[in-house]
Amino acid sequence: MQVTSSPATTGTVAAREPSMLQRHGETIGFVVMVVALMVAPFFTYPLFLMQAMCFALFACAFNLLIGYVGLLSFGHALYFGWASYLSAHAAKVWGFNPEFAILTGTLTAALCGFLAGSLAIRRQGIYFAMITLALAQMMYFVALRMKFTGGEDGIQAVPRGYLFGFINLNNETTMYVFVMVVFLAGFLLIYRIIHSPFGEVLKAIRENEPRAISLGYKTDRYKLIAFVLSATLAGVAGSTKAITLQIASLTDVNWPMSGEVVLMTLVGGLGTIFGPVVGAFVILAMQFKLSSVGEWVLVIQGVIFVTVVLLFRRGIVGEIAALFRR
Amino acid sequence: MITIFGVPSAALFGQLLIGLINGSFYALLSLGLAVIFGMLNIINFAHGAQYMLGAVAAFLLLQFTGIGYWPALIIAPLIVGAFGIVIERTFLQWLYKLDHLYGLLLTFGLALIIEGVARNYLGSAGLPYALPESLRGGQNLGFMFLPNYRAWVILVSLVICFGTWYAIERTRLGAYLRAATENPTLVRAFGVNVPVMITLTYGFGVALAAFAGVMAAPIYNVSPQMGAELIIVVFAVVVIGGMGSILGAIVTGFGLGIVEGLTKVFFPEASNTVIFVIMAIVLLVRPAGLFGRGT
Repeated sequence: MQVTSSPATTGTVAAREPSMLQRHGETIGFVVMVVALMVAPFFTYPLFLMQAMCFALFACAFNLLIGYVGLLSFGHALYFGWASYLSAHAAKVWGFNPEFAILTGTLTAALCGFLAGSLAIRRQGIYFAMITLALAQMMYFVALRMKFTGGEDGIQAVPRGYLFGFINLNNETTMYVFVMVVFLAGFLLIYRIIHSPFGEVLKAIRENEPRAISLGYKTDRYKLIAFVLSATLAGVAGSTKAITLQIASLTDVNWPMSGEVVLMTLVGGLGTIFGPVVGAFVILAMQFKLSSVGEWVLVIQGVIFVTVVLLFRRGIVGEIAALFRR
Repeated sequence: MITIFGVPSAALFGQLLIGLINGSFYALLSLGLAVIFGMLNIINFAHGAQYMLGAVAAFLLLQFTGIGYWPALIIAPLIVGAFGIVIERTFLQWLYKLDHLYGLLLTFGLALIIEGVARNYLGSAGLPYALPESLRGGQNLGFMFLPNYRAWVILVSLVICFGTWYAIERTRLGAYLRAATENPTLVRAFGVNVPVMITLTYGFGVALAAFAGVMAAPIYNVSPQMGAELIIVVFAVVVIGGMGSILGAIVTGFGLGIVEGLTKVFFPEASNTVIFVIMAIVLLVRPAGLFGRGT
């Protein structure tokens, strides 16, 4: 994957001090994001924003693997979708409170991530991507056949419930705050993972795995942990989505969903912390606006894919960051 | 009525036949993927969509020009192959210097475009394509009934697969191709036009997919989704067989088709997933694939 350039990698000495904007870019970005999320419900539909936040978390989780470890998981819908199903089932059939339903979904995703990751990590690069896709498709067929998923209908009318037993999530405002808290918590967790010794090893593996191995790191173990973390966070996103939209369906486990999260991350900017968030909002907004044109959405997504891969590989956030670096 | 393992022999051999048919398509498509990957180092996600285009081309040829099955077998692959060459020249050639994953992403995007356009103009439902006159009917072999068209498909697939294998492994042109895969710069230095070879190889791979599509049209009906459903299974076949080997792709394709057919007889609920389960087992036991030469 492309290397985010820094003086270390380009081999040049910085000609001038990084500006205050550059030094505190991430903090500023975070503040802007929080403020935007707090203000946005007054300008647009809160339900759309909540859905976008769930997908943004999903994209961030996916980006952890591709942007920072260099592993393209083409079947991430597996964790998102199955967490969604288990969370919906827990809330509706077992009567769990929302926090426990989300926990159930998350644990499911973690387990699936562990099993899938153990298999996929045995191969590199392209094969890894193909294996993740094949495993996701297998679990799609399993979901299709199992009774509890409701097959083509999915699990509908999932109750929002009472958070911790007393906070009524049917109130749109409380629900919005809850989803925002979940999203920001997940986002900050990913940030912490990236900016930690563990994260540095992941980046080392991305840059030059044989070198990392020669330095004594058990790279397979690191890759598996990163994979499980990514799957777990995708699970948080899926579980929250099930409670928010009150539905879990086959769309969430199907391969176009895996493709969509790749698209969101690609458009937003691989390997950047805010890229997936921007990408998720952009793609969902586009789908929303284009919902009247039906099947052309598929074509437009394909065109965006092709254009971004050929011309805008750094994504929106990547291009902006490159502008500031000059 | 003869029964084998408690299953009537007609049903068993009927499913085995279906399995062989599926296997033929798996083999043809994974062969195309392997050839393209060998030369271009790109996973052609659009392969399924190009297979679908072959079927669509045959359908449109019949609808609008009255050109029937037999000419379509030649014309459709040529048209779609030419389209493939255009794709290679306009999009793929910029990706060779980049990480392989971008090739997968770009061809994924192309697959979305092709499928989306097809869906818009043809609708989501399947369109019928009639069996050619000369291949209707079948033979009663005593233990089962063998439809002529099915036998034709299996025969042609075997011929094409082994023909391609022979061309690549045993002819001069194939030798140039294999050499260019290993060291394109050196082969260019010998005066062989490698970029043209690459373009034509992609075109050939795409034409192969389209040919499979034309053959599939009378059996599976022409629908925009037919490629997407198939391509992921073909990916699993390729992971099981290992990408390095042409023979591996062919053998694995046919073999897995038969296994899937047998599973439908004895464990019908598992028939969708058996190939993926096998993939998981192969990954645990022989990560490089059955015929692979390692990553």
